[in-house]
Amino acid sequence: MELLKRVHAHNIVAWAKDRPEVVVLSADLTSSSEADLFRDTYPDRFFSFGLSEQNMLSVAGGMAREGLTPFVHTFAVFIYRRAYDQIAMSVAYPNLRVRMIGFLPGILTPGGATHQAIEDIAVMRALPNMTILETGDATDVESVLDVAQAVDGPVYVRMLRGEIPRLFDASEPMRFNRARILSRGTDIALLTSGICTEEAMRATSVLKARGVSIQHLHVTTLKPFTDPAVLEAAAGAKYGVITMENHSVIGGLGTAVAEVMVEAGLGKRLVRIGIPDVFAHGASRQYLMKELGLDAMALVRKVEQMVGQALGITEEDLAAVRLTAVHSDAKAEAL
Amino acid sequence: MSTQARSLTWQDEVRRVARRVRMRVLEHTLNNNGGYMSQACSSAETLAALYLKIMNLGPSEAPMVPPPFPGVPGPGNTNYFTGAAYNGPRAPHLDRFYLSPAHYALVLYATLIEVGRMAPEGLAQFNQDGSTVEMIGAEHSPGMEVTTGSLGQGLSQAIGVAVARRMRGETGRTWVYMSDGEFQEGQTWEAMQFLSFYKLDRVGIYVDVNGQQCDGAMESVMPIEPLKARLEAFGARVFQVDGHDPEALAAPAALEPDGRPLVVLAYTDPCRGLDLLRRNAPKLHYLRFKSPEERQLYEGELRKMQAEEGV
Repeated sequence: MELLKRVHAHNIVAWAKDRPEVVVLSADLTSSSEADLFRDTYPDRFFSFGLSEQNMLSVAGGMAREGLTPFVHTFAVFIYRRAYDQIAMSVAYPNLRVRMIGFLPGILTPGGATHQAIEDIAVMRALPNMTILETGDATDVESVLDVAQAVDGPVYVRMLRGEIPRLFDASEPMRFNRARILSRGTDIALLTSGICTEEAMRATSVLKARGVSIQHLHVTTLKPFTDPAVLEAAAGAKYGVITMENHSVIGGLGTAVAEVMVEAGLGKRLVRIGIPDVFAHGASRQYLMKELGLDAMALVRKVEQMVGQALGITEEDLAAVRLTAVHSDAKAEAL
Repeated sequence: MSTQARSLTWQDEVRRVARRVRMRVLEHTLNNNGGYMSQACSSAETLAALYLKIMNLGPSEAPMVPPPFPGVPGPGNTNYFTGAAYNGPRAPHLDRFYLSPAHYALVLYATLIEVGRMAPEGLAQFNQDGSTVEMIGAEHSPGMEVTTGSLGQGLSQAIGVAVARRMRGETGRTWVYMSDGEFQEGQTWEAMQFLSFYKLDRVGIYVDVNGQQCDGAMESVMPIEPLKARLEAFGARVFQVDGHDPEALAAPAALEPDGRPLVVLAYTDPCRGLDLLRRNAPKLHYLRFKSPEERQLYEGELRKMQAEEGV
């Protein structure tokens, strides 16, 4: 698997070159949210706010009213937790073209509860006019800016940074409100998002070899959530549907899928893999994924329960875990 | 405006409009059995001075009688508008106005009427279902451009506008009218440090320092003084003036910008022009009549004002 470093940092510089309306706003996490190359390349279009997220989000609203497109860069938690009222009234109500680029979604940081955005999708999904996108690999990161920029309203992006894998062909960019079909099958519909897609892919090839036929969709648009492929996959699954996300099981991908299924009157079983309505704590991604049941083995166990059969799969059978170093050249700090 | 009014000095005109704003708000408050009266008493001269002297605005481009609510902004609403057209056209050399404490909307509407930007009938739509003349003004309300009812967000939004205007090389200024209570909000200080750091000296802030908030006198709820010293410590150019003196209000705006954001602290009397109101102290935030007798007293006061104004 190809691993790439600082994909967003380079991408946004190239992408914004002929888009003079694009400005970047940062709250003292410029390197940590990969906005440093933009700052150095286009200093006149970069605005440092220091630790002042509330002002930053309201200023972004004012800028967007005047035809600029602010790209707010900071950790996800500091966007929706610190500045929710500002997002709601200065950005979302007037349906302004503000792009909020949130880093460290879910348990992607050993920074603990203060740094882990585990309920951001739930919170942002309830906001009228808001669009929510989530990246799962380098190709997603390279194409999410185009997808976001085509939205005539506010967009919240769960962004990846540092060293990230390329799971999808670079020539097949993310598409708005369209899931990527990663495998086709009729036993189970598996819908995954963000880093859980990579984790699920470690298991799906083994599951397939053991005779479980899986329709695997990688979801990047969490709101709106009207991709017909979701219901098609759910309707076509013999045993049921599994969702897997780096977010609370309440209000995220699993909830969105449940809503679609129930509204369509689809009486199928749904199993939601995600953070089980608890806060996380400071530890490595691999440790937390295992502890919270977000990893490939957790998926295997849920599939076994759903098909009613032990498949005899062990950790050794799964594709290797990709261990990411806590300290790395690709990140400004160990967070 | 009558021809007689045009022969007055601008200072007299500001005082006249201010008196009529108070009168109109009192009349409205009597008709509706409630209203933001103390806000009218404290802010009338400042808003009148802004519209008549301080701000460089073009004539209103909005219908004299506000059109009905066009629906909330969103991807499916092509009829959406803001109330900014009451403040004239957008042009690089013209100023922009932002009312931050949106519960002052009643006073703003009355001011728009008295300076000839809205028809008196517009106020009849106040707080009526389906109307843009909302009680807590939102961005579709006459004279408003952003939604500021959640206090402390108006200045930051105006800063965003001012930054974009500076990037375009526009010379028009951006005026923000604030209440002193907003200086209890952390966001206001975040905004002040940003204004100073980016030397946004074409942003001007007028603050109604009336010392009042919902729970009573600010000094008993959460004091903000010494406000001038605090703001100066944040790098602002601060003037402390009598908020009922047109000359004093307008003077700081005539100065050449010097790199610092301009803040004019208009110290005001929340009962100015309506001494009866003092009986409600320290709770002045919203006037509602407690008895028919009290209502009669205010009616008498209104008749007195009307007689003095020859209405």
